[in-house]
Amino acid sequence: MSTTSLTAGPRWARLPRRHVPVLVTLALLLVMYGVGVSQYRAFSNVQVIFNVFIDNGFLLVVAVGMTFVILTGGIDLSVGSVVAMTAMVSAWLLQSGLPAPLVLVIALLIGPTLGFLMGCAIHFFEIQPFIVTLAGMFFARGMCTFISGASIPITDGFWTTMSQYRIGDPRGNFVSVSVLIAFAVVLVAAYVLAYTRLGRNVYAIGGNPQSALLMGLPLGRTRIAVYTISGLCSAIGGILLSFYTLSGAPLIAIGMELDVIAAVVIGGTVLTGGAGYIFGTVLGVLVLGVIQTLITFDGSLNSWWTKIVIGGLLFAFILFQRLIGIRYK
Amino acid sequence: MTDTRPVLTMTGISKSFPGVRALHNVDFRLFPGEVHALMGENGAGKSTLIKVLTGVYGIDEGTVTLGDEQVAFSGPMQASAAGVSTVYQEVNLCPNLSVAENIFIGREPRRLGAVRWGEVRRRARQLLARLDLDIDVTAPVASYSLAVQQMVAIARAIDVQARVLILDEPTSSLDAGEVAQLFRIMRQLRDEGIAILFVTHFLDQVYGMADRITVLRNGTLVGEYPTAELPQLALVEKMIGKELDVLERIEEEPRRELAVLEDGTPFVAVSELGRKGAVAPFSLSIHAGEVVGLAGLLGSGRTEVARLFFGADRADRGEVALSGKPTSLRNPVQAIEHGIGFCSENRRAEGIIPDLTVRENMILAMQAARGWLRPIPRRRQDELVQQYIKALSIRPANPDLPVRNLSGGNQQKVLLARWLITEPRLLILDEPTRGIDIGAKAEIQKLVVQLSDGGMAVLFISAELEEVLRLSHKVAVMRDREMVAQLDNDDTVDADRVMQTIASGSQGEEANQ
Repeated sequence: MSTTSLTAGPRWARLPRRHVPVLVTLALLLVMYGVGVSQYRAFSNVQVIFNVFIDNGFLLVVAVGMTFVILTGGIDLSVGSVVAMTAMVSAWLLQSGLPAPLVLVIALLIGPTLGFLMGCAIHFFEIQPFIVTLAGMFFARGMCTFISGASIPITDGFWTTMSQYRIGDPRGNFVSVSVLIAFAVVLVAAYVLAYTRLGRNVYAIGGNPQSALLMGLPLGRTRIAVYTISGLCSAIGGILLSFYTLSGAPLIAIGMELDVIAAVVIGGTVLTGGAGYIFGTVLGVLVLGVIQTLITFDGSLNSWWTKIVIGGLLFAFILFQRLIGIRYK
Repeated sequence: MTDTRPVLTMTGISKSFPGVRALHNVDFRLFPGEVHALMGENGAGKSTLIKVLTGVYGIDEGTVTLGDEQVAFSGPMQASAAGVSTVYQEVNLCPNLSVAENIFIGREPRRLGAVRWGEVRRRARQLLARLDLDIDVTAPVASYSLAVQQMVAIARAIDVQARVLILDEPTSSLDAGEVAQLFRIMRQLRDEGIAILFVTHFLDQVYGMADRITVLRNGTLVGEYPTAELPQLALVEKMIGKELDVLERIEEEPRRELAVLEDGTPFVAVSELGRKGAVAPFSLSIHAGEVVGLAGLLGSGRTEVARLFFGADRADRGEVALSGKPTSLRNPVQAIEHGIGFCSENRRAEGIIPDLTVRENMILAMQAARGWLRPIPRRRQDELVQQYIKALSIRPANPDLPVRNLSGGNQQKVLLARWLITEPRLLILDEPTRGIDIGAKAEIQKLVVQLSDGGMAVLFISAELEEVLRLSHKVAVMRDREMVAQLDNDDTVDADRVMQTIASGSQGEEANQ
């Protein structure tokens, strides 16, 4: 027999399939932006885009962590509460007089620790991620009100600097420090997913955990790692949120986990795991941000319209993922 | 075959699981550059031997020597690092990842922690070229056929300087052309000096590929033979064995004459029923009160036939007539409505629900037949359950015990009761006596006789020839997914003749010894 040639369809038709969801999200984003620009003159101002990033930097960071979890086929419902708890703990420790660097370190340790514990529970006791992280969500939210029933203002110098510092161009457009931190997180995460064993194991486990195990990949370590990463991202998100609001409030970021999941899914990551990109998640967060901006620009619409549009989009995207058969199983 | 020293020697291997002795004092040798078939019926210990070798299970007794070193692997990863790689029956790859990545994941070439994708793709192409496979290594594995996926799995296995390649039923889901392609690669690897341990249930493939054969039966070694010196009939005999008839003899009541039984319209008659890739078209009729046995080795298509009769798989050709009326069996619900019951061979996975009680398990099929909106009154349930617990002597006789607490034999009886309660007209029993103790076996056999005497048609499938012959009025013989013969079970039919039929694929008289 001569060399066996087996093709899986023409190259142009197949290769983009993995990228189709991301491309659709990109197209949607451009259309929405186009609509905004055509309807409102001020929309074309570059600062509008920058503001989307400024307002959603913390959401982006948390969504990056969620992308890791969803890529393995899991879910992390605790992120919103962990964000709130991190902000709350920071505000409380600062109020009690601890130096800013120490507060930062402590605040950044809480999230990953909780994530690590949840990951261990999920792996070693084989409990559904949904339930474990639901418990984590209640725990973290409870800790917030345990610390204080009321909002704690932050007056620390470092925090106010971070909050007010503007990095801008000569024409007066600017972004906050948070946006740069968010970009850094995005770049590191994209690198980890594409170029490290940990990242590739995340995709492998999302594709088929049984096979991954038989191929000798460290299933448990990877699973625990993604929840720890998600916890770390939530902690960073919590710090960014406290830069943004200059306070810690026990009831802030309620339901944020759902916005985050929506952003990740709209960004093309498949809920069953194994397919998706960080770049898609960035687009997903931007879609959410631009919807909000559009509704703000309109002025006459109730802000709840944001939720209605997100709901519709989410449904459409899940349906769409199903239709193009991105699920390989 | 070579006359050098074996690359792998397993000596005196024993392995027990709670209540089961899976392997007892088994020896196994593998020479470089040979294809060695490991044969045996289900439960003979083939998989256990492989799992002991690759470190999935620990060894109770015995030694494994690889090359000159005594080894005891802690798991498949360590085994493959030492050159013992396994490709499993179900392709274990990640469908969403590219071909190249599937080959290298877990051991990607890296620089400073970063995967070198160019290098991964280049080496993947190299490796696949060695297997004469020219495919796009960047495409996801899921976009290729099972055969190609199988070969990608092999490429992954041989990359780690494999000395021993274990192929565990690699051909069970491939078609003939794909099998040929796989065999070409196996020959090539063998010629490169790799020792291949090959497990399959297809006799033709064994005789087409293997240099030597090791036969296991009930966890013990039957022997190791050069393929050329072991005729097919001898192999089948060694695999099945002539079991000592410790079973309680079914009272040899004068069995009703087949001619009398087959007078009139059969309850079910199929003609040229078949399903591509599962079983070649066959015709078979079963009359009320008749027991038709299906004989054949594991993987010969026995279960596939049963599933077609039950509508669990849809036939893609042929016709079914029930009591003379053309019918189509599209799904199990229809089959149940027509009075067909099916006791699956896979009692744990497809039959018994371990956490439900004996009562709930028994009532299940009847409730399904009635529809869930019409619950069976509790008193009626109690009556039925008590009746069958007694009739089948299920022990312990407690209807409220979770089924998981019962022994295998009693679980099987509960499953039987589930179908008997629906009063089927045709009962399909797929390996009803596998893995249960001798006493329960005899009871189930007796029950089959009673049921057929009561007018039920029975399709009886078993790997044990003696059992099939004892119970059946007619024996249909399966071989390589084809029904090769239907023998009226009269005095001229015995185990030898059926074995000959299995081995030769013809009616048996002209089979050469």
